[in-house]
Amino acid sequence: MELKPLAILNGRIIDPQGGESRGGVLIHDRHIAAIGDVTPGDAEVIDAKGALIAPGIVDAGSFAIDLKAFTAGGITRAALMPDQSPPLDDAALVQRAAAAGKPDVWIHPIAAATRDLAGEELAEIGLMKAAGACAVATGRHSIADAAVMHRLLSYAGALDMAVIVHAEDRALTKGAVATAGETATRLGLPSAPAIAEAIAIARDLMLAEDTGARIHFHQVTTATGFDLIRAARKRGVRVTCGITPAHLLLSDTAIGLFRTFARLTPPLREERDRLAAIEAVRDGTVDILCSAHDPQGPEAKRLPYVDAEPGMAGAETLLTLALTLVRDGVIGLPRLFELLSTNPARLLGLPGGTLAVGAEADLILVDPDTPWKIDADRMAAKAGNTPFDGLPVQGKVLRTIKGGRALG
Amino acid sequence: MPTDPHPFPHRHLTGIYGLQPWEISFLLDEAEQWIALNRGTAKHDDRLAGLTLINAFFENSTRTLLSFEIAGKRLGADVVNMHVAASSVKKGETLIDTAMTLNAMRADMIVIRHEASGAVHLIADKVDCPVLNAGDGRHEHPTQALLDALTIRRRKGRIDGLRVAICGDVLHSRVARSNILALTALNAEVRVVGPPTLLPPAIERMGVTAYTDFDAGLDGADVVMMLRLQRERMAGGFVPSPREYHALYGLTPERLERAAPDALVMHPGPMNRGVEISSSVADDAERSAIIEQVEMGVAVRMACLDVLTRARRGVPGWN
Repeated sequence: MELKPLAILNGRIIDPQGGESRGGVLIHDRHIAAIGDVTPGDAEVIDAKGALIAPGIVDAGSFAIDLKAFTAGGITRAALMPDQSPPLDDAALVQRAAAAGKPDVWIHPIAAATRDLAGEELAEIGLMKAAGACAVATGRHSIADAAVMHRLLSYAGALDMAVIVHAEDRALTKGAVATAGETATRLGLPSAPAIAEAIAIARDLMLAEDTGARIHFHQVTTATGFDLIRAARKRGVRVTCGITPAHLLLSDTAIGLFRTFARLTPPLREERDRLAAIEAVRDGTVDILCSAHDPQGPEAKRLPYVDAEPGMAGAETLLTLALTLVRDGVIGLPRLFELLSTNPARLLGLPGGTLAVGAEADLILVDPDTPWKIDADRMAAKAGNTPFDGLPVQGKVLRTIKGGRALG
Repeated sequence: MPTDPHPFPHRHLTGIYGLQPWEISFLLDEAEQWIALNRGTAKHDDRLAGLTLINAFFENSTRTLLSFEIAGKRLGADVVNMHVAASSVKKGETLIDTAMTLNAMRADMIVIRHEASGAVHLIADKVDCPVLNAGDGRHEHPTQALLDALTIRRRKGRIDGLRVAICGDVLHSRVARSNILALTALNAEVRVVGPPTLLPPAIERMGVTAYTDFDAGLDGADVVMMLRLQRERMAGGFVPSPREYHALYGLTPERLERAAPDALVMHPGPMNRGVEISSSVADDAERSAIIEQVEMGVAVRMACLDVLTRARRGVPGWN
């Protein structure tokens, strides 16, 4: 079906590659036909009224297919973590997941690294790649066995698939629900030292260096973790890393008196690690901002803290919260969209992340300023488990345009 | 000084955290009258007549359950004990559903013990009546801290300025956390002493000094509070063996010499004799306050039940 041409006028164009400019975008046949001072002709016109025009967000690692939340958050492509029920460890499951969001949001399944995500036997990564898997991931946990991890990295490396890793030492974090420190001690919560992350990162960086594979740490949250990645990058290791807004904006004190919405993996860290994470965004160590979207209903969250499931609904607040970094002067808008769109697209080998002529017309209109309040009871997501409930924020996605079609 | 209309403006007793020093002292003062009553022959008061107290114990307990039961009965309440073994929790009912059920039965006070830290807060948010924490995971055990404070105050005449050593498995102990909060609030100088594997991270930030050397931690202490070491934690997990634990951290008469000459010895019970404490210390009537702690427990719980139900009972000035 031929789509009517679409012209978006009077915007602030944020092109991660080209910087900021005033103007509009003309879309023909699902692709960007012109940028800047465009003439709409017979196209349908959307007046941006000064809003930002930016590439659609490519979310590098959501735990659920949640189309409403993705669209509300300006996510036009979502990489799906293999931690599904059943886990994405088979080509047929990958194929089915890949079709789940079209045409509004494209879901890009990430293959489970091991069968049943058990960390023991390699899954059929090659067949899953052929079925549409964009990368390989260890899931919510790290692989405890270094030999399995070594084989995984060399095998995936040969297939040129990035390996997305959860970095927390299994033995140290067993039974833990918080990072070791004053908060966990006061609340009497079982905790693991923050170095559980760095230990896992150190091992996996060495294995990646040895095999030459591409490795991506889904969420890095500690000062020592970032230091290891900086050093490895200097040695030429092909490493990238991500983080969620929660770990940048909240410390473990957000747990308050046992607020289970703040139970995450990796857990919210102490303030000094949070500040180190902000610094890592500023100095370029962090490549990707992701949602780690994991909606969990009351059955999983209205429980004692140690029994509650970890995870947060993060998709629709990803951009809003990330805009805080711009307002605080940590990064500029073009860099923000590099972290949200360009870099994840590159990591996963997906189109998107650019506003160049000829690129697919995945873009969003963003009002960066309007104040609103996050309300867990009024989320687009399947569940409202956000640790930011009640927080006054600024900036909202106005329209999400996927493949030249305005959604919502 | 308090600006609230009455001296204990809290609906629940979920922990010592959040209590002001004068509120803690108020509960201790209130408990004094019940010590006298309990020592008499007619151990009865009917101020809670007609009210229902439910003891919901999701974790095994003999002493604390009995203490709350006696406290409730001596004040005239109807006391019902709910044991986990006989409850629908085993059938997968959630904690909140259980709480709603107890609430619907019009309990006037609910006492809860649960193995998960924070479980009592979860319930307190959902019910209409006062909730008392009888121990939640490793988090808090406020009535234990109150009875310990009362014991110390009566034996030493004060708490302010005393050196109190809390010794043993601090990591897994809710008793230790509540005591740290209560005793530091009342201006004691609190130390925690134990093997490094059993001291919680960043414990100094709770306003205490940490020692891994038992003798150094005991030096000049006015109160030596021993904690119970769970059997399953003795066999190589956190400490190599009960034998080694006793050699390094067991309170013996010789060890006690390190403390102040009139140091008071305490233990929340039940004791592992020959592990964290030797019998000769535990049974030394001059030094040991262990039996007295049990007695104070009933008085303190009576005071808490009385105070927390005053609004409900329409006691003048307590709406």
